Amino acid sequence: MAKVFIYPATSLILSDLVARFDHTPLGTALGIRERIQTPGLESPPLQITPDDPKRGLKYAAVEVPSGVRGRMAVYGPLIEDAEAAIVVHDADFAFGCMGCARTNELVKFMIRQRSIPTLDLNYPRTEGEGEEFVAAIHQFLASLGGRL
Amino acid sequence: MTSPVRIAQLSCGPEYSGVQSEIEEAARAVDAEVFFPDLKLSDIRSSFEAFGLDVRSSDLKLAIARAKALVEGTVEADAVFIATCFRCAEAAIVRNELRRYIHENSDLPVVSYSFTERTTSGTLLTRMEALTTIARRRTLLAREHQEGLTMGVDSGSSTTKAVVMQNDRIIGTGWVPTTEVIASADEAIQHAISEAGIQREDLNAVGTTGYGRYLVGKRIGADLIQEELTVNSKGAVYLAGAQHGPSTVIDIGGMDNKAISVSNGIPGSFTMGGICAGASGRFLEMTAKRLGVDITELGPLAMAGLSRKVPMNSYCIVFGTQSLVNALATGSSREDVAAAACHSVAEQVFEQQLQEVDIKEPVIMVGGTSLIQGLVYAMGQLLKTEMVVPPHSQFIGAVGSALLSSGYIKGR
Repeated sequence: MAKVFIYPATSLILSDLVARFDHTPLGTALGIRERIQTPGLESPPLQITPDDPKRGLKYAAVEVPSGVRGRMAVYGPLIEDAEAAIVVHDADFAFGCMGCARTNELVKFMIRQRSIPTLDLNYPRTEGEGEEFVAAIHQFLASLGGRL
Repeated sequence: MTSPVRIAQLSCGPEYSGVQSEIEEAARAVDAEVFFPDLKLSDIRSSFEAFGLDVRSSDLKLAIARAKALVEGTVEADAVFIATCFRCAEAAIVRNELRRYIHENSDLPVVSYSFTERTTSGTLLTRMEALTTIARRRTLLAREHQEGLTMGVDSGSSTTKAVVMQNDRIIGTGWVPTTEVIASADEAIQHAISEAGIQREDLNAVGTTGYGRYLVGKRIGADLIQEELTVNSKGAVYLAGAQHGPSTVIDIGGMDNKAISVSNGIPGSFTMGGICAGASGRFLEMTAKRLGVDITELGPLAMAGLSRKVPMNSYCIVFGTQSLVNALATGSSREDVAAAACHSVAEQVFEQQLQEVDIKEPVIMVGGTSLIQGLVYAMGQLLKTEMVVPPHSQFIGAVGSALLSSGYIKGR
């Protein structure tokens, strides 16, 4: 069972696909759940506090906007923890939406830097492409040792 | 009980910067609520494409679609707050274009702000209050004449001003440095009342504005306590005789600067503060002190100098003073240094703040710094326009407050 970082990190479909093949999806839900379950935090809606952009300094310098550093405080540790990654490019809003383009660039770069097994896919636009898309993910996850 | 003012939030990044709760707290403090306009997914795509600004960040695409929904009336709001991360170029473009788009295509008051993780509700409070004032008090802000015997008190960060007015005439003024807030207000009020030759009990209504407005307002039993953005802009157009049509108000204060786009006496969009002390009235005070002149002499001194002879353009008051000291040490004249200091402040306000509002003539300069001719001249040169400095411009908040408080005279 491998820890698989998903991009877009908010994609419930990707998260579900990874979980169905007995791997652990690493995405926004996991990062935010940790914060919501931490007692004493009171910074709705995501329970991200002004300390998170400071923690994000590990991944981006102080001149990088606070929103990027705050996001990196969520995604950075997940990418560091990941053993594999699935990256879907140009995804539709409904599939999973990452808010900030600068964060996206940094997230994708960090995945490359980790040199972990990574599946790069374009978002499918037709039914045929959709079938190939799911099959590719299936094959990738199986290669990681998951359930066929 | 009035219902809360509904402020639509168009933003990218505040929830990931840990400041969304600060935005909501500031709104709650002025009996307002922020909300995110709900849209259909299909509307987001079509609105974003129709707007034509091809940004890559999805949150900015969403902000654009929400702005279109507000302008087209498919979502109702009383005011708009646009917030994006400080130092994000993509967001800065969107923030500026959305502010302009909403200002030009709707009556919604709009304020834009670039935040960091250090932004607090206190920083946002005056801006939120101004939005709610414009939404709630349009009738009051439409008032064009001061009636009866009223007083306005402006408890500012550097000075406290009081003005007594009677039927559109200023009959008494008081101006003292702000030390202890209430004591300074008492002293300014005493000066104004003595000069007017009246008793405190003769006043029909009283208003307060400025940083100490709540404390002073409570102390003197003010009928109107209102933030300085709407009060100053009202006072400015009133004194400049520009109550009808568009205008721009610039107020370089001791602690922060305000730039306000005004239409028919009511602010449409505005910026406040946001830059460093090198662009504040405080820097000019320090310059005057270092040059060994009174602040009232700095303007004439600057007019006799040439700013281009001294390099000075620091955001920081410490580095700005360092440039000033270096220039004097290498033989620059006091006149040139004074001119450079004025140009430096004007240039930074021009570059950092005036880009966030639409400059429409007349451009009215108010506040204590409007009496520094060198600064007014430098600003006029940068904006390529003749600046309007109305009489009593240093009392602008107090005049606006006296004017607006006359709307609270009972029986009128």
